[in-house]
Amino acid sequence: MVRAANDALRRLPVWAVWLAGTIPFALLVWDTVTNNLGVDPVQQIEHRLGQTALYFLVAGLAVTPLMRLTGLSLMRFRRAIGVICFAYALAHVLAWVVMDMALLWGQMGRDIVKRPYLLFGMLGFAILTILAVTSTNLSIRRMGGQAWRRLHKLVYPAAVLVAMHWLWATKVNEVQPILWASAIAILLALRVVVRRPLAYTRPARA
Amino acid sequence: MKLNWSDVTPYRMFLDRRKFIAASAAMLAAPGLLRAQGLNARPSPLSTDEAPNSFEDITNYNNFYEFGTGKTDPARNAGALTTDLWSVEVTGLVDRPGSYGVDDLAPANALEERIYRLRCVEAWSMVVPWIGVPLAGVLNKVGVQPSAKYVEFETLVRPEEMPGQRRAILDWPYREGLRLDEAMHPLTILATGLYDQPMPNQNGAPIRLVVPWKYGFKSIKSIVRIHLREDQPVNTWKQMQANEYGFYANVNPTVDHPRWSQATERVIGAGLFGGRKETQMFNGYGDQVASLYAGMDLSVNY
Repeated sequence: MVRAANDALRRLPVWAVWLAGTIPFALLVWDTVTNNLGVDPVQQIEHRLGQTALYFLVAGLAVTPLMRLTGLSLMRFRRAIGVICFAYALAHVLAWVVMDMALLWGQMGRDIVKRPYLLFGMLGFAILTILAVTSTNLSIRRMGGQAWRRLHKLVYPAAVLVAMHWLWATKVNEVQPILWASAIAILLALRVVVRRPLAYTRPARA
Repeated sequence: MKLNWSDVTPYRMFLDRRKFIAASAAMLAAPGLLRAQGLNARPSPLSTDEAPNSFEDITNYNNFYEFGTGKTDPARNAGALTTDLWSVEVTGLVDRPGSYGVDDLAPANALEERIYRLRCVEAWSMVVPWIGVPLAGVLNKVGVQPSAKYVEFETLVRPEEMPGQRRAILDWPYREGLRLDEAMHPLTILATGLYDQPMPNQNGAPIRLVVPWKYGFKSIKSIVRIHLREDQPVNTWKQMQANEYGFYANVNPTVDHPRWSQATERVIGAGLFGGRKETQMFNGYGDQVASLYAGMDLSVNY
């Protein structure tokens, strides 16, 4: 079963993931031009972009535990998932800079320094930027596999920062950010608890 | 193409048409039918001449956590609220305590239209054409005793109709308070409608407070109790997070909320690139209310 699924996944081209990654953006553009974002479209755009980035971040974090627990490998798609995450994070930051804060650089600067949720978000974004910039084959070759892998473990602190960014931005304890923060915590904990692929995930040789 | 509020038939003209039809019907049927069609509130010199947000904006972008924490949750969930047979308990240091109906507190012939700026603590703003009566008149009617220094307000608790109350996100009931001189200020009103019609549920039906120089959370909705007291009451958001929300909650661009700046605000309805506008001290009502706070340190009493 797992082998059949993995065979099918091997035949799936990576560009299919890139294509799928554009769907949330296309839907958002569609909702914007059809005036379907409600009374405060700026907030909707900003929040949906940020949330989509988080969903892809969680998807990227899920690849390893999924493989260890079930034997299903999405490893080929992980870099694409990560870069799509960054693209949404970038759009989220741009929406904040241009539409929400209207390029008031002074106020933005003061806010980032002063307010933990913005600081967390910005630090998370800075890490994602480093990871996106070094996501090319050339970077892997230049840095060497081991150093590259070590650098890209920075996605763990980024995930924690992003989860705190959402949690601290709300005025009361809301369900959604708590659920997603828990998902991130579980996915990080699974890496520690399940250190190598479980035995049953390796099909016995014929 | 994005239509602006100015492209729409003005609500009053639209209502005139409805009023005409209703009036024709009323000639034949009971005269009482006419009432709900238009509140016929008097214009007030205390109104701003800024253009109000659309009815759509005002009724689909609400903070009313009793119906959920999302801005559209109240519009979606408030339909279940029943507001007929509403009564407001007036208690504490008053000469005539008791249970008052909405019409007792805000009789139809006393209604005024007050077009006010509304500035939310979350740094967005709107302009709303409220219909209501000055709170001072209501307090005079029930007779405030000399020992009373503060007014406390309480929102309805009815989890079966208010789904947000099924979780303890805030310590229900929602409570707010004003110093007596703030409550007696001519700008402070109890509102029972907006845009010439009865208050939509999601905006705090059937009767709510509006204090335009304070952040929106002071303007408590769906009031069931007004209590006159000697000591400063607890208000829900301050109780929740005292370093973020104070008792006074006057709009003040120089005193930031700990998690965001209050220097500027985003105007709801301004579009995708509407930018931000500088927040005014006391939300622009400083000429009328600044004297209430003479000698007070507003960065302490925030």
